[in-house]
Amino acid sequence: MDQVVLKNVTKAFVTKAFGSVTAVDKINLNIKEGECFSFLGPSGCGKTTTLRLIAGFEDLTDGEIWIGDKPMSIRNKNYYLPPENRGLGMVFQAFAVWPHLNVFENVAFPLRILKMNKNDILEKTNGALKHTNLFGLGKKYPSELSGGQQQRIALARAIITQPKVLLLDEPLSNLDPKLREIMRFEIKDLQRKFKFTIIYVTHDQTEAMALSDRILVMDMGNIQQIDTPINMYKNPVNKFVYGFLGRSNFVKVEISNGKVYPYGTRGKEIKCNIPADFNEETAFLATRPNAIKFTKDGFKTEIKKRVFLTDSMEYRVDIGGQEIRINTITDPGYKVGDTCEVILNDIKWYSTKGDISEKEREARKVI
Amino acid sequence: MFFPNRKNNQGVIKFPKFEFTIGNLLFTFSIIILVITIALPMIMIIYNTFFYKLTFNWRMFGNVIFQKENIGAMVNTIKVSLFVTVFGTIIGLFFAWLVGRSDIPLKGIMKNLFTIPYMFPPFIGAMAWQLLLLPRSGYINKFFVSMFGHPIFNINSLAGIVFVEICYYFPFVFIQVSSALERMDPTLEESARIAGAKQMTVIRKITLPLVVPAIASGAMLILISSLSHFGVPAILGFSNNIFTLPTKIYEVIYKSAGSFEGIRQGTALSVLLVIVVVAALALQRRVLKFGHYEIIKGKSMRPMSIKLRGMKAPLLIICILFLFLVVVLPLFIIFGVGCLKAWGLPLVLKNMTLNSFKYVLFASQMARDSIRNSFILSISAATINMLVGTMVAYVIVKVKIKGKGLLELLAVLPYSVPGIVLAIGVILMWSGAFKINLYNTIWIILFAYIGRYMTFSMKSAAASLGQVHNSLEEASRSCGATHLESLIDITLPLIRPGMVASFFLVFLPAMRELTTSLLLYGPFTRTMGVAIYTIHEEGNTVQATALASVAITIIIMGNLILRYITRERRRN
Repeated sequence: MDQVVLKNVTKAFVTKAFGSVTAVDKINLNIKEGECFSFLGPSGCGKTTTLRLIAGFEDLTDGEIWIGDKPMSIRNKNYYLPPENRGLGMVFQAFAVWPHLNVFENVAFPLRILKMNKNDILEKTNGALKHTNLFGLGKKYPSELSGGQQQRIALARAIITQPKVLLLDEPLSNLDPKLREIMRFEIKDLQRKFKFTIIYVTHDQTEAMALSDRILVMDMGNIQQIDTPINMYKNPVNKFVYGFLGRSNFVKVEISNGKVYPYGTRGKEIKCNIPADFNEETAFLATRPNAIKFTKDGFKTEIKKRVFLTDSMEYRVDIGGQEIRINTITDPGYKVGDTCEVILNDIKWYSTKGDISEKEREARKVI
Repeated sequence: MFFPNRKNNQGVIKFPKFEFTIGNLLFTFSIIILVITIALPMIMIIYNTFFYKLTFNWRMFGNVIFQKENIGAMVNTIKVSLFVTVFGTIIGLFFAWLVGRSDIPLKGIMKNLFTIPYMFPPFIGAMAWQLLLLPRSGYINKFFVSMFGHPIFNINSLAGIVFVEICYYFPFVFIQVSSALERMDPTLEESARIAGAKQMTVIRKITLPLVVPAIASGAMLILISSLSHFGVPAILGFSNNIFTLPTKIYEVIYKSAGSFEGIRQGTALSVLLVIVVVAALALQRRVLKFGHYEIIKGKSMRPMSIKLRGMKAPLLIICILFLFLVVVLPLFIIFGVGCLKAWGLPLVLKNMTLNSFKYVLFASQMARDSIRNSFILSISAATINMLVGTMVAYVIVKVKIKGKGLLELLAVLPYSVPGIVLAIGVILMWSGAFKINLYNTIWIILFAYIGRYMTFSMKSAAASLGQVHNSLEEASRSCGATHLESLIDITLPLIRPGMVASFFLVFLPAMRELTTSLLLYGPFTRTMGVAIYTIHEEGNTVQATALASVAITIIIMGNLILRYITRERRRN
């Protein structure tokens, strides 16, 4: 069953410097009950704005948002439900833990708003504190606690009313890497226990991959791709998604008489198969650094840099003026300046049309 | 590292007792200046209150403070400042919230307009309100007499003093709370809404508690300023024999015509006033101790502004009316009356002339002198304070040295010493006690100004120095520069904009200074404030307002320059 439904959702902001900027552009989305769904994208892509539209902190410019079978915002009918009546849980990037209330009061706040009786509040709050490993810290004030503990307060506060939908706005990005990993599992455990639907906003692809059932990659206010983590990693629909999902090499090439050359050169050929349905004259060849191999009869070039990355060795080589990265687990032992031959595997072919200008990206950073 | 052109690169042999370093030198200079301008005048007051002919004698202190009229003055002081604090806080808070969190139109303009009263000299405001609300001759009261047969309000009363002080002190809370609201992480409020709290609940349970420290510090500023305030009660109270402690001190000294007995009575009252202010400061410490929250965090999203819907128009009208009342009307009346041919004529064009302006700017030697004196004094005090304040702040912020605590204490002391008290201290100190007599010269006023505004310039310089990371100076020294060279080439250029701002922070209040100058002026050393006050007391209302208009124009221009400079700074 669909839990959160977005129909044609659009949000435009008016800014002084750039005029009207469309932060979210005609988004259609169905998020299933119990699903962990991530919005992934660079800053300014519209992911946080979409989340805030669902939460009700911003009103739509166009479209509809439904949660369960209840409308949240419907532009045409001028209907808008304020955030406090949407029955959601939310965790913010900067935790937003109230410094003037102690841990217990922070977590119990939603119950106090519901005017629940004292015993129930005590019982439920202690339960939530236990679930988030905060039990015994109830009397402490947030300023006495670490970042991870503050984020647990925010988490406990968000789940205490057992909402159907939990919104997480980059909840881990203010934590250090180790803690981030621990909290990731804790969030997942909580979801298993309480079966809520999670909408998770992040710019960190590994985090999204590790947590989500499905991922939405956004850019410039538009949906680029919605898929499961594995499918998406295997088949990114465009160059942007490919680049965003992991370390990547893009080689711009031109195709002539069924042969592939680095863009602007007609010397050495890159040996690879051109897909049958690809019929443009230029292309981006996308590969992951670990899918490039040193061989005997590949593209002849020389080593420009060599970097030790603990679990692998990274080489930089030049392909027709374009630098690419190669990761090898077993180090062939080249030195800088050595000649070598490389072959590109697992190539994805992307069109060179429709690249987005930097200026357009700048305009979006202000919102 | 080896620096061939340095002679002392073999290291310095350290003497066990005294080291001649830049830090020590600056510290010594700072202490000497602060002791002369601040500590000694204060010690002189206490000495003269409790010692007579070198023996301890508290009887005079007891006699003075238990006099009936002095107790009355103290009660008035406390009454006035409590009312001003309560109402000023409520008004400041209300408008700060309206501008900071609601969708009221014209926010940007209003935010600027609400801070204008902050630069308006309160005693000139009191004069303006007197012109409007004197029982018989004030314009508004005349109108009410002609319509209903009786005046609406007598400004020469305690309520009048409270009213005028509120008008000029509410911005303390407004500015503090606005900036707290601006810096506050909006998700703190949003998370309460998502937790199910309605807008009013969020304001009550989250927003208000979080800005309590800002409210408290603004309110305490009002309380302390109002306790030691002289101008408004002097203009409005004297004619009806309404005294507060500061005006009582002035009256005691004025009546005794400078005799030593009068000054000793003044010192006793000063000690009393200082005790009241220090009590308020102790209260402030306690109030500010609990609740110092981190409320700035996270990425800045615009806070949701609360929709006023039906209330938008009425609230906007209230704002505009209030601004009209507090800003426009007094300004208009000061300039308008300044243009009149004679006080009491209706404010219509045919009664207007520029004669009074010609008189104060060209004809009257006294008025011209006062403008010149004010400029000389303000520019000198501001320059000296900018330099000394930076030096003191540098020692406090950047130098590791024993005795820094004493230095800081001396530098913030003037903040809690009412101007009238400092003036008495300066008189006692510079009228022969140390074989130097500066009485009736411009120098004695300069010493008073330097002491009075030291806290401003020190705090301002300390704030900009705090932003210069130690590593910048260390980097310069690791490149081979000496401490002094690093100071001159790295630190000073970095804080130059802050120093310019601190110049204006002293220059502007010094231009409108009244309290200390009024006790210290001699026949040829009137300042603008003194000239306006004395011309007004002599009954030459029109000339007084003309000179007040000139003063306001200068102050507004100075503020515009300051704003321009600080804006440039923010852009960088």
